[in-house]
Amino acid sequence: MQLALVIDLNKCVGCHACATNCKSWNTGGEYGPLTDKDPYGTKPLGVWFNRVQTYEVGKFPNTEVINFPKSCMHCKNAPCVEVCPTGASYKRDEDGIVLVNYNDCIGCKYCSWACPYGVREFDSHEGVMKKCTLCVDRINNQDLPEAERKPACVLACPTGARTFGDIDDPRSAASIAIRDKQGHKILPEAGTDPSNHYLPQRKAKIILDEEELHVKPLAIVAVEKKITSYKEQILDDFVSP
Amino acid sequence: MKREKDGHLLEENEDIKYTTCYMCACRCGVKVTLKDGKVRYIQGNSSHPTNKGVICAKGSSGIMKQLSPARITKPLLRKKNAERGEAQFDEISWDQAMDILTKRLAKIRSEDPRKLAFFTGRDQMQALTAYFAKQFGTPNFAAHGGFCSVNMATGMIYSIGGSSWEFGGADYDRTKYMLLFGVAEDHDSNPLKIGLGKIREHNGKLVVINPVRSGYGPIADEWVAIKPGTDGAFILAMIHVLMKNGLYDREFLITRTNAADLVQVTEGDENEGMFHLLSEQDMKDTQSTVWDRKTKTIRESHLEDNDPALLGEFTSPEGKTLKPAFQLMVERVMEDYSPEKASAICGVPAEQIERIALEIGIMARDETIELPIPWVDAWGREHKTTTGHPVAVHAMRGLAAHSNGFQTIRAFSLFMMMLGIIDRPGGFRYKPPFPRPIPPCPKPINSPDQIKPNTPLPNPELGFPSMPEHLMIDENGKPVRIDKAFSWEFPFTAHGMMQNVITNAYKGDPYPIDTLFLFMANMAWNSTMNTGGVIDMLKAKDEKGEYKIPFLVVSDAFFSEQVAFADLVLPDTTYLERHDVISLMDRPISDYSCPADAIRQPILKPKGESRPFQQTLLDLANSLKLQGFCDDNGKPLATKYVDFITRWQPSPNAGVGFLAGWRGKDGTDHMVGEPNPNQWEEYIKHKSFWEMELDDSIKYNRTINQGYLNWAQDHKLKRDNEPIIMHFYSEVMQRFRLSAKGLRKGRQPNTADQKQRIITYFDPLPFWYPPIEHQQVDRKKFNFHAITQRPMPMYHSWDSQNAWLRQIIGQNYLYMNGGRAEEMGLKDMDWVWVESPTGKIRVQVKFSEAVQPDTVWTWNAIGKYPGAWNLDPNADEAKKGFLLNHLISEELDHTDGTRISNSDPISGQAAWFDLMVKITKADEEGHWPQFKPIEPLPHMEKRPDMIRYGFKEDK
Repeated sequence: MQLALVIDLNKCVGCHACATNCKSWNTGGEYGPLTDKDPYGTKPLGVWFNRVQTYEVGKFPNTEVINFPKSCMHCKNAPCVEVCPTGASYKRDEDGIVLVNYNDCIGCKYCSWACPYGVREFDSHEGVMKKCTLCVDRINNQDLPEAERKPACVLACPTGARTFGDIDDPRSAASIAIRDKQGHKILPEAGTDPSNHYLPQRKAKIILDEEELHVKPLAIVAVEKKITSYKEQILDDFVSP
Repeated sequence: MKREKDGHLLEENEDIKYTTCYMCACRCGVKVTLKDGKVRYIQGNSSHPTNKGVICAKGSSGIMKQLSPARITKPLLRKKNAERGEAQFDEISWDQAMDILTKRLAKIRSEDPRKLAFFTGRDQMQALTAYFAKQFGTPNFAAHGGFCSVNMATGMIYSIGGSSWEFGGADYDRTKYMLLFGVAEDHDSNPLKIGLGKIREHNGKLVVINPVRSGYGPIADEWVAIKPGTDGAFILAMIHVLMKNGLYDREFLITRTNAADLVQVTEGDENEGMFHLLSEQDMKDTQSTVWDRKTKTIRESHLEDNDPALLGEFTSPEGKTLKPAFQLMVERVMEDYSPEKASAICGVPAEQIERIALEIGIMARDETIELPIPWVDAWGREHKTTTGHPVAVHAMRGLAAHSNGFQTIRAFSLFMMMLGIIDRPGGFRYKPPFPRPIPPCPKPINSPDQIKPNTPLPNPELGFPSMPEHLMIDENGKPVRIDKAFSWEFPFTAHGMMQNVITNAYKGDPYPIDTLFLFMANMAWNSTMNTGGVIDMLKAKDEKGEYKIPFLVVSDAFFSEQVAFADLVLPDTTYLERHDVISLMDRPISDYSCPADAIRQPILKPKGESRPFQQTLLDLANSLKLQGFCDDNGKPLATKYVDFITRWQPSPNAGVGFLAGWRGKDGTDHMVGEPNPNQWEEYIKHKSFWEMELDDSIKYNRTINQGYLNWAQDHKLKRDNEPIIMHFYSEVMQRFRLSAKGLRKGRQPNTADQKQRIITYFDPLPFWYPPIEHQQVDRKKFNFHAITQRPMPMYHSWDSQNAWLRQIIGQNYLYMNGGRAEEMGLKDMDWVWVESPTGKIRVQVKFSEAVQPDTVWTWNAIGKYPGAWNLDPNADEAKKGFLLNHLISEELDHTDGTRISNSDPISGQAAWFDLMVKITKADEEGHWPQFKPIEPLPHMEKRPDMIRYGFKEDK
């Protein structure tokens, strides 16, 4: 089993709901708090498991804008786990989630240098590395209603851009989304085999053919001149259904 | 031992409660998990009609609102020797505060109630605040709609009897083609997101028309980079294309709108531009006529078997020339609004305008949704199915915040009518209580004689005029309201003109006031035009050394910029600490098929001595013994807000009130029923909201759906069950024009300028004109449009002190088209001066390819006054954030040589997107202007160095 997020860039409007709802759940959760330093000062600096970046692509007027939420990819070949000198970073056998054992983390930051996605978040107050847990304290939590045993970001996302599931199970909604909507991994060349997938922006197009346009033009000019008492204009409404 | 609640297993120290969010104006249902009496987690309420379980960035950050060190928790009185703006206060008791205010207001009320100006900001209880003002007897009340989007409200309500946002929206489940005009984000933030997600899911086409590809732009299939203030030309050109190609829904137009009604085109008499009426005895006196194609006669309009002509020219028996309204519109758009002509105005290629109009028009013509839902229309005709077209449109501030916004939104409404997509599957759908009569019934008071000491107003302060006799003017035609709403200059100001209150009060024009009472309104900073000037006006004194605005009362939960200028501060609670109603009388949470309302319940205790403003207002009303709050002997109906809400009715035995659910003694009635003392408990039991699904047969076509119209009358949403005929042609507007031309009896404008203004802008058919500011400024010198947008995580959110949200965006830049900037010799991140005719600022530019080249823009309200909100005075928001507001003038030169509000001449909407600026490279660096910091209030919490919310000792 490999749990993962499938994020649809065709739906993401960059609203940051995933990012703050993640903070709301996780700061009081098993892997919290998500410390915020200098929260009302000149350089507020918080721990975020999930951040949204926005990019412009292309030159005006052919500009595309892409919102790109990013969190731990829960890689199958997780370099952060390989480089961790204490074994604090580990990948769970049962569901493929990559976690950090805060008690064993010495804050050496090797993992954040090794991660090609820049999604590790150092809590400088505690001196430990933190990151997305796929809400490991929600997804199997029997105290929550079954429908809510999902990562907070998935529950929150207003456009429904996030799907959570087992990408090793071809029948899961996550796997189906990847297959149906050209899901892809980012930075495949890094060799990390990330589990999170992204669905690309897809453009809907309307094709009008000639026949649909075969409409006689409305002859307004004729109407302007003639006056006919109690007689209908011959051109009246001839095109309307 | 864990206990079960709503599927949660909870420990002893945990609880789950439901309430309504107030992090913005969207009014989503939230489920709050509490642990040890503190908020553990906030998520969406999955059964709530508004957000259906999802939640946005703001709602998710509610915990940080509770932790803000900017909370004001004591009533405050400005120190005797301190000046406004210095934020130097004495802490006083509530008794003292209420005593000061009650005495002051009682004196005003006994002498001249107009001297109280009560303006609320993003107030979600306008039904209560407006009622307070009305019973007090002052006409000077409004909320923030004058700034926000009154053009969107009135432009649509005067055309189709309903509007967007919480009043209606797209049928996202079925629409396949959607145009989104001027929307970066909107009031109905989560419903819009849920809906756009659905359009993406079923591969519908989304087109955004916006000078900036921000907000929802990134997920659009097509971006139309339009110049600000020109959408009207774009829409009229699309109407041109629809007309030219016959792509309009004739059946819809003739049945549901007045497009076929015959207009008297003969000029120079009292009937000019009015509908032709038949004069037979048995006719209803107001019935207009059509040319019936079958019988070839002029007949009463909207008869069951009519086959009305939409085109042509006819002669009445009296020999008058008559044309269907549609014909007049055809002549206008064919002549003036070809795609080529519109392209020259709006900068969008003519081919693109034509293609989009054809795409949407052909889809509307060729694709019909047919639902197996039978219904009966107002003429008794049975329809076996409910049909519609899968195309929808939505618009917001990009259309609204211009001085040509009302007519642009009229054009937008006509475009919807032509496509036949109103209240039908796949198109636009109303949310109850809409549709309402066109225009709706409430009329404002219309004479200063109706304002009397110690007496409630006989009519509301705000309403929907349909003739000059409804204007709020005196016998000389001068405005009665301090903001000059409902004057000849601004007749349809249904939301008031908050943007002019301070300027007018400072000038004493039309008269000086005594007390300005503000709630949730930050008019000393980002919720004003001409911020620097307004700050000076708040501080200005007369020759005797007294403040020109003598007394300023502010109620706020946080240390906003506005608080610093107050004389008296009343500390409000947060949304998690209070009872509140989200009423059908106000801005309800109704879904398309369900009337619905909601409450807030206190999840937490109010912090310190803060009190819910609702309770403060009730206490004030009771101590002033206001009729409606108290009986004739001065005995209050209720001393607690919760009891007032359940007990109050507009008249004895009316059977309606603030909350529609669980009425009647035993709580089994809905909509109408006697007061139920246990109503709050029922709401709390039902996750803090009430909804009632309409029968399928009355969910659609409601302007002419007999079943719905009967239901609406029975449930007191409508006075009668007459069909609501949409105003393709606005005879209401023509009435004002006739008065201005001196052709109509009754009230007429006094001055040539008033007359000309009405004649020019009150066109009964929509047209495009350059925004008024554009007509005045030197466009060669001030050659850039300058607009703002609010980032999604902060839209309509007034607490950017929020520790999480400010990390997402804490500083802003001036975004500029890179190619255009390079032509001017600018480099990315250069410092520039941005100048308007009335002000200048120095800011940093950032290149973007996602902005129309003649437009620059920035995020709104990121810049903060140093020290406000208890942020570090050197915080990015104070040092690197800036407001464009400094450049926007709240007034323009008027044709009569005076100054006049920079607003739409029909609706009074603040025209803050009309701003034109000049951009030059600056030699110096750093933001300008900078302001002198204010100190945090002594009683506020110290700013923490760190937040570790949720930290568990035992871990």
